[in-house]
Amino acid sequence: MNIMNTEPNSPALIMTGIGKSFPGVRALNNVDFKLRHGEIHALMGENGAGKSTLVKVLTGVYSMDEGSVKLDGKPVGIRSPQDAQKYGISTVYQEVNLCPNITVAGNLFLGREPRTMGLIDWRQMNRKAAELLQELNISADPTAQLDSYSIAIQQMIAIARAVNTECKFLILDEPTSSLDTDEVEKLFSLMRQLKGNGVGIIFITHFLEQVYEICDRITVLRNGELVGEYEVENLPRLELVTKMMGKEIENLSNLNIDRDESKFEGEVPIIEARDLSSGASKVAPFDLKMYKGEVVGFGGLLGSGRSELVRTIYGADKAVQGQLFIKGKSAKIRNPLDAMKKGMAYLPEDRKVDGIFADLSVRENIIIALQAKRGTFKRLTRKEMEKYADEYIALLNIKTASIETPMKSLSGGNQQKVILARWLLTNPEFMILDEPTRGIDVGTKTEIQKLILKLAGEGKSVAFISSEMDEMLRTCSRMVIMRDQYKVGELTDSDLNQNTIMRTIAGGEEGR
Amino acid sequence: MSDFSKGNKPAKLASKPFINRLLSNRLTFSVVILLIVVVQNIITTPTFFNISITNGLISGYIPNILDEASELVIVTLGMTLVIAVSGGVDISVGAIMVVAASFSGLLLNGSEYRTEVFHNPYILALFVGLLGGALCGAFNGFLVSGLKIQPMIATLILYTAGRSIAKQITYGQTIYIMNPTYKWLGVQIPGIPIRTTIIVSTIIIILVVLLTRLTSLGLYVQSVGINGSSARLVGLNSRVITFMAFVICGVLAGAAGLVGSSSVGSVNSGELGVGIEMDAILAVALGGNTLSGGKFSIAGSVIGAYTIQAITTTLYAMDVRADQLNVFKAFIIILIIVASSEVFKGKIKKLTRKLFSKNVSVGGLRDERQ
Repeated sequence: MNIMNTEPNSPALIMTGIGKSFPGVRALNNVDFKLRHGEIHALMGENGAGKSTLVKVLTGVYSMDEGSVKLDGKPVGIRSPQDAQKYGISTVYQEVNLCPNITVAGNLFLGREPRTMGLIDWRQMNRKAAELLQELNISADPTAQLDSYSIAIQQMIAIARAVNTECKFLILDEPTSSLDTDEVEKLFSLMRQLKGNGVGIIFITHFLEQVYEICDRITVLRNGELVGEYEVENLPRLELVTKMMGKEIENLSNLNIDRDESKFEGEVPIIEARDLSSGASKVAPFDLKMYKGEVVGFGGLLGSGRSELVRTIYGADKAVQGQLFIKGKSAKIRNPLDAMKKGMAYLPEDRKVDGIFADLSVRENIIIALQAKRGTFKRLTRKEMEKYADEYIALLNIKTASIETPMKSLSGGNQQKVILARWLLTNPEFMILDEPTRGIDVGTKTEIQKLILKLAGEGKSVAFISSEMDEMLRTCSRMVIMRDQYKVGELTDSDLNQNTIMRTIAGGEEGR
Repeated sequence: MSDFSKGNKPAKLASKPFINRLLSNRLTFSVVILLIVVVQNIITTPTFFNISITNGLISGYIPNILDEASELVIVTLGMTLVIAVSGGVDISVGAIMVVAASFSGLLLNGSEYRTEVFHNPYILALFVGLLGGALCGAFNGFLVSGLKIQPMIATLILYTAGRSIAKQITYGQTIYIMNPTYKWLGVQIPGIPIRTTIIVSTIIIILVVLLTRLTSLGLYVQSVGINGSSARLVGLNSRVITFMAFVICGVLAGAAGLVGSSSVGSVNSGELGVGIEMDAILAVALGGNTLSGGKFSIAGSVIGAYTIQAITTTLYAMDVRADQLNVFKAFIIILIIVASSEVFKGKIKKLTRKLFSKNVSVGGLRDERQ
């Protein structure tokens, strides 16, 4: 029983039975997690799986409701980020949390500068910084200003800073999402080196390739529950995706990514993208055709580029190359207003951040897009606004005290319906719905799914993104699959089943 | 199938206690303050409400307040839009007043410091003055919307430079415009018994209300101020809207400058509009508008501006000396700001709730005894 510390491969950090609730949400339920010294451990899961909650519990940002944490066999209570720091747990986030306008050395030693007689000893600080950087093979000048380096180097400096504080465990929260391939390689070699030094690393990413390149173990979470812990060699990609999305593979059928276009033969697509791209870090060049009266699903893991693809069509992200044709005519979309004028509508992924005007009334939230389309001087009269608002509140069954109620006092589902109403009012031909059913109650979900089918029935073309595959299978006649910023396939008819979708999302070699 | 029979949220809204609804209404506060000032005057200055006609002009404390508040009211209207759209303030409005007044003064006087002859048509001079204001506003707007500079810092440039630019173009002199017609705008148009400033400020208030209500500018300004990202995605051009708000603010400051210089018959870059930016910000705050942007109320801001002037006039009526005035004003402002803070309002809400629940629990006790 006392081999805990001597056994090299035994877990050094053990979290047991972790539970955490927020008002109305069970974010973590009885989750176990183990991390060994000198391993790189991927924490995987889709949206709402509980990854970030687990990390925040571990780093003392949240206090846990149930469960315990043991470090090297001893139970510890981590109540604040300072506690975590004290126990040697450091975190580096996607956005570099350093001061861009002071030197590299200054950043490395910020708050714990070496001092002589109360004054900062710059020379000693620069020397120590140089030693640290050299030790970790980071090519940066300690006296240069931090923002003179690329994000990748800055991230490595952030890691160096974290490691320098007696770090035993390092959490990397999506460090690679803004890096290019070379930079990722550099980061990985640093991670390998830290691993060699015995640091246990928790690596959060949504790039499957990277998990298989660098990680030793994978822990999968789903809906706040532990799915399991696996050795990387024993978990093929497809199984990983299956576990993340929570569907079992029943039978194996061959992947067929040829799209059946016979249905639309001779018809001019409403939207046609040729080689369209908004830059490699967002979405790689893709071709796409969308026809009247169809619902096309956009599948892929979180961060695979599915949202970026539709944003590029809508002009929310600027296209850097390629062409867009609307009903066969070449169209220049420079901003969302251009897209709206060409008959597009876009319900954004993040309702709170990109969708609602919290302090404006339901009425104003409904008419705002139509008003923007009409322009400043063709103002809708109060009567017209009220008529439209009443009409759509009735049509979509929106529950609100009155049309003058501020948007912020509506429930999530009703807010989403208001945004749907906003777009329906502009009478679009092509609607982009990015996660229209996220975070809303089951009843409203079904209503929205029915609405999507009804819209397609009326001849609109709908691009539909959802993290829930069932929902897409139920509504879509075709699915576009994204992986790591690339459009990797289109599935129709008999291919439109969970197996094939999972397979396409996972990609890569089967046996890994 | 559907699902909404239970869990209805909005029903709660209607049952909110009256006091809470009153507290959360943004106009309540400014009206209450104005009422307090008025009541205070009924008690201490019996002559406060007297109105007489002297020299063919309606005069008295109240017409006086309306007259003297006019520059502040006009500037406050522009400030309201800027704050709503950007969540920042335009501190250059006082300087813009001087620039605008100098433009028109220069045009009228030609190269003379003191003359009774107009060298150009009065109307043209007014137009050029407003144009000067618009240019200043456009400069501010460009810095804020184009270069994404914080509004306060962006407008700091004209705040610092505006007055000395004006002084340069007026050859470093105060210029006196002696033609009696010049005072039409700031004092009286012959035959009309009401101060022109009151008429002008009323017209401008109406114009701004029409501009924000008849066009969708008001809605756009609020949308951009509340959520710039959503605004972009529904097809609004946040940049242009922000820019326009600053231009309007500049034009209005220009108008205030013309009114101000007309009422004294001169353009003095060291006196016109000094400190008005802070009063305007205060007026917007008093009007119940959040200084972080978003929803705004023109009515609130106007009431706020008149309240500030009413306080000043009241203090004068109470024989407070000019050099003591600011101390009293500061004291009153502290009271107002504290009373309007969210924390204080929250405390009051809690207190009312406590009083309310006490009643309930007393009832409960009685039940127990029985």
